Amino acid sequence: MNNEELKRLKKRKMLNSVMHGIFLACTLFGVIVLAVLMIDILRKGLPWLSFDFLKNFPSRFPKKSGIYPALLGSLWVILLTAIIAFPIGVGTAIYLEEYAEDNRFTEFIKLNIANLAGVPSIIYGMLGLAVFVRLFSMGRTILAASFTMAILILPIIIIASQEAIKSVPSSLKQASYALGTTKWQTVTGVIIPYALPGILTGSILAISRALGEAAPLIVVGALAYVSFIPKGPFDQFTVLPIQIFNWAGMPKKEFQDVAAAGIIVLLVILLGVNSVAIILRNKYQIRMKD
Amino acid sequence: MRRIEFEGKERMNRLEKAVKIILTTLGLISIFTTIGIIFSLFEETFMFFKEVSIVEFLTGTKWTPLIEPTHFGVLPLVAGTMLIVVIAGLISIPLGLGSAIYLSEYAPKKVRKFLKPILEVLAGVPSIVYGYFALTAITPLIRNIFPETSVYNALSAGIAVGIMTIPLVSSMSEDAMMAVPDSLRNGAYALGATKLEVTKDVVIPTAMSSIVASFILAISRAVGETMIVAMAAGSTPKLTINPLESIQTMTGYIVQISMGDVPYGSLAYKTLFAVGTLLFLITFILNVISRHFVRKYRRAY
Amino acid sequence: MEPILSIRNLNFYYGEHKALKDVNMDIYKNNVTAFIGPSGCGKSTFLRTLNRMNDFIENVKVEGNIIYEGKDIYSKEMEPVELRRRIGMVFQKPNPFPKTIYENIVYGLRKNGVNKKEVLDEVVEKTLKAVALYDEVKDKIHKSALELSGGQQQRLCIARAIAMQPDVVLMDEPTSALDPISTMKIEELVLELKKDYTIIIVTHSMQQAARISDYTAFFLNGEVVEYDETSKIFSNPRDKRTEDYITGRFG
Repeated sequence: MNNEELKRLKKRKMLNSVMHGIFLACTLFGVIVLAVLMIDILRKGLPWLSFDFLKNFPSRFPKKSGIYPALLGSLWVILLTAIIAFPIGVGTAIYLEEYAEDNRFTEFIKLNIANLAGVPSIIYGMLGLAVFVRLFSMGRTILAASFTMAILILPIIIIASQEAIKSVPSSLKQASYALGTTKWQTVTGVIIPYALPGILTGSILAISRALGEAAPLIVVGALAYVSFIPKGPFDQFTVLPIQIFNWAGMPKKEFQDVAAAGIIVLLVILLGVNSVAIILRNKYQIRMKD
Repeated sequence: MRRIEFEGKERMNRLEKAVKIILTTLGLISIFTTIGIIFSLFEETFMFFKEVSIVEFLTGTKWTPLIEPTHFGVLPLVAGTMLIVVIAGLISIPLGLGSAIYLSEYAPKKVRKFLKPILEVLAGVPSIVYGYFALTAITPLIRNIFPETSVYNALSAGIAVGIMTIPLVSSMSEDAMMAVPDSLRNGAYALGATKLEVTKDVVIPTAMSSIVASFILAISRAVGETMIVAMAAGSTPKLTINPLESIQTMTGYIVQISMGDVPYGSLAYKTLFAVGTLLFLITFILNVISRHFVRKYRRAY
Repeated sequence: MEPILSIRNLNFYYGEHKALKDVNMDIYKNNVTAFIGPSGCGKSTFLRTLNRMNDFIENVKVEGNIIYEGKDIYSKEMEPVELRRRIGMVFQKPNPFPKTIYENIVYGLRKNGVNKKEVLDEVVEKTLKAVALYDEVKDKIHKSALELSGGQQQRLCIARAIAMQPDVVLMDEPTSALDPISTMKIEELVLELKKDYTIIIVTHSMQQAARISDYTAFFLNGEVVEYDETSKIFSNPRDKRTEDYITGRFG
């Protein structure tokens, strides 16, 4: 190799190292932002976090403000959302993977679901407002909110369940059929048990998405200020993200810290929900190895 | 062994038929949802266009539906959305692609195993949290540097939207790059290429259409992102390219109207659906284009 | 001797491709019938037409008749689910369900409405004894079937099939994924089982066919070239192609 070539090689290697550093920096940017965000929120919110904060109602005074109605509202909405969305989502996935014929119509349904997954969440709010609140006269209730959220997360549950069902080895399905079982018996006997961890993981992630959503529920008509405890599906309500949104928008500076405290509560709940998903996923992977 | 008596097949057949009917009905719910979306958006939109001309809506440069004299030109909202999208894209596309390249091509296995879940967490943080972060951390920072910045501004919201969509770009691009067969890489290495050259000349071109799809999807997500812009970007519909000013996006407008008490059936109420329809159409088209690119990539492999 | 299955003029198509051409065959009760032939010759496809496992493949067509107990199994009166209860199947690779050994064996029974514990217990014990697995697993009947070795898993799959008390057991290359010792055990088992069941086995190994079968059919390009008593096929084949195949000139 002559000098010229050596020089060029050195340059190429240098460029590679420099870009390596830049790519690493890109990745670390996300990590750092996450750290800053968490520290910022903890710093502002932690001093406001107390047992009283969890069981108080919102108030004009930051010190007396609490998150109780929003917490209950979120729990109500999520519970009903899961009850509505889970059976429909899993049922649709079973239909698409096991029952539907391989024709244009099925293709159309699949395409349609993929499209629905990309619709902005606020559009689902408008659907909820027009269909559930007005057309079905549910009013601005927990029930209308839950149906709206269920429709919103349905594509996520369907797609995750489809993937889980696809992962069931066909040898197991054949073994079941060869023992003289019907389709439904094979679905309940082999397919669902095998796919369940995957289905649950996907569904839990969908639920946690719904927990953090505010936009569609603002359109559906969650209340800005709630001074009562929601007792049933037909009550009006607010949810954690909307309560946080309201506090963040208040002119008194202290309310921003109250909002941070609300965010901590929300994130802790999300962390809990997601841990369940991760535990399920790990269990699932161990079994796959066998 | 004694002979075992099996259940009659009639009961089984009836159950089987019932199950099939129920599951088929469930399968149709997604279709009903789409019809529901289109119906609920388009009906009110249609009513809106009975009162306001579609030309004024699409070409008008003033959006003052609540204040006399009312104007219904949606361009300021579209411009506000575009401004957010551009800022967000400037953040999410290079940083997302950079992390994807690092994770797929450069990172040692252990590092990758450690970093990837963190980016997943970033994707799982609710947008309301990013909105809060924009309002209480990013905006003060910007105002330190540019004191003339208004409290609500496009830059802060755009940066937050960009951060939120980094994981989308990085995970989708990374998946595409990981799927590039090693045989292609080895071919280039055998010719004495550096890692950067292999990435630039082999991996990225091969995975290109999926990478483009991830960019478009990130743009679509930015168009539809709501809470961040509602919290941090302001509620001043205006035609501007100055990111330090307060603006309003389409989604921001929908939230603003929804928060107030707009009477059902009023013209202001109908604007909600006209803007919603436009938003729906824009994101729909972007998603279709994105999927087209993904499919192109799948066909190649 | 009375045939348990009579196949007449059977044609089978994958889309445009004709995979079985005019197959005629009688399968005799309490015998072991082996199908041999080079890969892709249609022997597995044929096996799967006998309990309609091909129904799950899209775009296939069957012509001709398969008569079982006086009925054509492809006619409307025959419910495929019912048919598969009577004609069981064991697959190439052991495919136990990710359930306990016990639940694997009683799976088919439970799905068909048999839930009495005494009945199920009895079936588990008897079938495990029948496949010579009882002594090896009797202490871990309620443990996962996936903990068993490959050979044990395959015997469990045979136990699972005979727990349904079928008339016929179809075996699709049941030893191809197993080591020689496990293979030997399965072969001994097949000879034992033919007292109670009719067994049809697809095998990739001519020696295996010679060792365990009473009748052998040689398949080539979707046709049955020769079908006869095993001893005749191997000692005195009528067709030149059969001779070439069993003497190892191709395949």
